[in-house]
Amino acid sequence: MVQFFLTAGCDSVGHAVRKSLLAAAWFVFLTFPLMVIKVNTIENTVVWRWENMGYVAVSIFLGSFVWRWLLARKELKEDNANEETSAEKLLTKVQSHPVLKYSALAVVALLAGLYPQVFDLYQTNIMISCLVYIVLGLGLNIVVGLAGLLDLGYVAFYAVGAYAYALCNMHWDIGFWYMLPVGGVLGTILGVMLGFPVLRLRGDYLAIVTLGFGEIIRLILENWGDVTMGPSGISNIDRPALFGVKLGITDSTIYMYYIMIGLLVFTIFCVNRLQNSRIGRAWLALREDEIACQAMGIDKVKTKLLAFALGASWAGMAGVVFAAKTTFINPASFTFWESAIILSIVVIGGMGSIRGVIAGAIILILVPEYLRDFAEFRMLLFGAIMVLVMVFRPQGLISAKRKIYKYNDTNTAGAANE
Amino acid sequence: MNNPVLNVKAVEKDFGGIRALDDVDLVVHNKEIVALIGPNGAGKTTFFNCITGIYTPTGGDVLIDPTAEGNPRRINGKKPNVVTELGMARTFQNIRLFPSMTALENVMIGTHCRTKSAVWGAISRNKATRREEQAVIDRSYELLKLVGLEKYVNDLATNMPYGKQRRLEIARALATDPFLLLLDEPAAGMNPQETLDLERLIVDIRDQFSISIMLIEHDMKMVMSMSDRIYVLDYGRMIADGTPREIAENPAVIKAYLGESDD
Amino acid sequence: MEYFLELFFGGLTRGSIYALIALGYTMVYGIIELINFAHGEIYMIGAFTGLIVAGVLTALGFPEASTLVIALMCAVIWAAAYGYTVEKVAYKPLRGAQRLSPLISAIGMSIFLQNYVMLSQTSDFLPFPELIPQFGFMERFGSTMSSSEMVIVVSTILVCIGLTLFIKFTKLGKAMRATAQNRKMAMLVGINVDMVISATFVIGSSLAAVGGVLIASHIGQINYFIGFIAGIKAFTAAVLGGIGSIPGAMLGALVLGLTEAFATGYVSSDYEDVFAFCLLVLILIFRPAGIMGKEKTQKV
Ligand SMILES: Nc1ncnc2c1ncn2[C@@H]1O[C@H](COP(=O)(O)OP(=O)(O)OP(=O)(O)O)[C@@H](O)[C@H]1O
Ligand SMILES: [Mg+2]
Repeated sequence: MVQFFLTAGCDSVGHAVRKSLLAAAWFVFLTFPLMVIKVNTIENTVVWRWENMGYVAVSIFLGSFVWRWLLARKELKEDNANEETSAEKLLTKVQSHPVLKYSALAVVALLAGLYPQVFDLYQTNIMISCLVYIVLGLGLNIVVGLAGLLDLGYVAFYAVGAYAYALCNMHWDIGFWYMLPVGGVLGTILGVMLGFPVLRLRGDYLAIVTLGFGEIIRLILENWGDVTMGPSGISNIDRPALFGVKLGITDSTIYMYYIMIGLLVFTIFCVNRLQNSRIGRAWLALREDEIACQAMGIDKVKTKLLAFALGASWAGMAGVVFAAKTTFINPASFTFWESAIILSIVVIGGMGSIRGVIAGAIILILVPEYLRDFAEFRMLLFGAIMVLVMVFRPQGLISAKRKIYKYNDTNTAGAANE
Repeated sequence: MNNPVLNVKAVEKDFGGIRALDDVDLVVHNKEIVALIGPNGAGKTTFFNCITGIYTPTGGDVLIDPTAEGNPRRINGKKPNVVTELGMARTFQNIRLFPSMTALENVMIGTHCRTKSAVWGAISRNKATRREEQAVIDRSYELLKLVGLEKYVNDLATNMPYGKQRRLEIARALATDPFLLLLDEPAAGMNPQETLDLERLIVDIRDQFSISIMLIEHDMKMVMSMSDRIYVLDYGRMIADGTPREIAENPAVIKAYLGESDD
Repeated sequence: MEYFLELFFGGLTRGSIYALIALGYTMVYGIIELINFAHGEIYMIGAFTGLIVAGVLTALGFPEASTLVIALMCAVIWAAAYGYTVEKVAYKPLRGAQRLSPLISAIGMSIFLQNYVMLSQTSDFLPFPELIPQFGFMERFGSTMSSSEMVIVVSTILVCIGLTLFIKFTKLGKAMRATAQNRKMAMLVGINVDMVISATFVIGSSLAAVGGVLIASHIGQINYFIGFIAGIKAFTAAVLGGIGSIPGAMLGALVLGLTEAFATGYVSSDYEDVFAFCLLVLILIFRPAGIMGKEKTQKV
């Protein structure tokens, strides 16, 4: 085992050490200007940070062993690629056993229900944002995970939902519950408008167009000051009212929490049913092989558009919730980084897997909340992990499972054109 | 009733200067098994691609008449999914299954254009949807059984043996309810016994479903024994057509195949 | 008229920079069919390396002209090294993987590099020293065209000519064209495809670094975010010209640069970036193969 770790992909330990030394030297060279030198071009001073060189050398030297080991392991596994990790095995076991399944569900429901009673307002607020990200992740999962369309401007639909509620609330005093579905519909409409011209084309063009689109929406929000109030944003947005009664801060936060739980359950319900339906199968097939899919009678553009628009509608709804939760929004909440975070939730959690996306959101959102010191490294790590996941574990943390269908064996093969 | 179900007239296909198909005519009648043969690179796959909408022919007409009642319609330029909906289903020379879906799901995809349930049905899972879903599952299972894959129902397509994958492609194409089944080298990579079984299966499908079948194949023994008629393509031109016997004695065909070590 | 010329030369300058970046996109796409999202970041790293080297040299008291040359050279070397490494780490292990995987890996790499530069340097705008000298003979052009604009346009033209000759006549250039046309075939006739792919990344990154240093010196400031927008626009230019086509990328960049210059000059400067995007969507709708690109049928 140790032997395998040390010599993975090499002839001997000596060879491995030499390779790692070479990698370390290369990265020391690579990172030299950016990591070591810092200049001030106004005062013409230079700061040298030699210690960084040491950090880079050591971490690359050690890291390269891990890298080779992972690569070698991946090659070994190529033959039995669908092997489950022990965590996944446990999950499968729990799910396949009805008693275990329902008791696990009951425990989760109980914990979720009691959460705001047990924890304080601050914790509840963090949990609400985590829930918003889970919903966003599940929405994007329809687009990226199920249909295989890389949407890098998902935040645009989120922004539209948030601004729609904020503006309607400000001008016409329209309430949260009316705007929640409206936000979803607006997202859908925008998704269709953007998707229609682009989805006919090569898949990778979609990525760049959505990336541009996300930026455009943000620019419009920033520059169209007469309508959107520009960079200063919109404040004093109403929190949701309970049967027309406006609640205090504590109560409304708790209320918000339960609304989010409701929205999450609704989302899981819908996504789960969608992915195991005729439509969901068509999405998967389209992701796997577009040409074969079309040759089997599936309308490519229509099917893609459906996924894209449905994903957008969830972003629109989440946007409304976000505006109602924070009571203040400005364009800075809707930058590319937001799209990047949601995408990493889906990718790292497991594309196409509901459990994966939930786990991904909980880890990627809650961990940085509690490890504040490490907050500035958050996006750095997300980026790195995205690359690592793609290279070593493309199915993500918890991989999607295919549904096993129950069929009736009737012994009357054929009977075609009935 | 003797109108052709597929009538291809003077079809042409250019790839930036290279003429892959030149003035190709072909007809397929109801319940016929027609073979398309020719040396490597003759343009056989290109011909399939042109009539199924994957490529748009540069010239000529593709007419279909599913019921053979004498009112053909032009389908060149139509998208592949529309062509499939109209009743022409195909398999691919280099297998194109959906690798990470199960065998059953692969066949279920084939039923997509014959079923209707949409988003609302999927979410509400109402009675109509449930009924349709169960019918799809059962039908797909039947088809798997027909091609002899009942052992692999819940296996991922990518994990199946090569020969079985070819059979799965046939089941998937059958699930679209075609009037004409197009098979691109269905016996490629199979041993003689498997080829023989496949031959029986294809004839069986024709009889059971009362459909026409057109196949591209290099295995001359199989082609000669099962086809009603054979077309021969060489350098994009149709150099001969006729019954197996006529083709076997046709000097142009022999010339085209001379030096070919295929059988 | 003067305003028109000013915009025209401004557009030419922009177009030149887009061209230098777009070439990298188009070459990589031509060979491995991947939108290298990290390419904009390589451009940004080139600019940063140039800034750092120039800062060190200025502090050491080097003269302006030699500072520019050395800074440019260092920027090219390091950007090329980053391009090479990014390919080896994030794309090479993914050859033959699912279609979406390398694209996501590219996005991850782009996010990583942006944050890496932000954390190792700064998140603020850094003033970039004016490295390009003011030529006396340019004064008669007044405000229509500055010295640095002239230098940018001229160097871009030289670089493009050099690249075209390289692709056309050298052995490596021919190997690149062969690989772009048919990778399997190229491998069969004995071309070292891995090497060709690495070379493509190295060349593309070098060009982007040249663009990065020149534009940074012209505009006078940089930050870790500049690669993002420049990347989208250069990609737009590449698509506009016909992705995969080298002369197409140059032409597309020129068209995009001029369009942007005139649109911001005569319409509104608030929505500068919107024009490029609208142009992108319009091309994709009406001419997805681009100006010089050929419609390619995927072999089935
Ligand atoms: N998309 C394409 N672009 C350019 N040329 C193509 C394309 N598709 C096919 N061709 C060319 O058309 C010719 C015919 O190819 P095709 O695949 O139809 O041959 P085939 O008869 O099916 O051969 P095989 O028996 O090897 O399958 C070949 O020269 C091929 O290179
Ligand atoms: Mg063929």
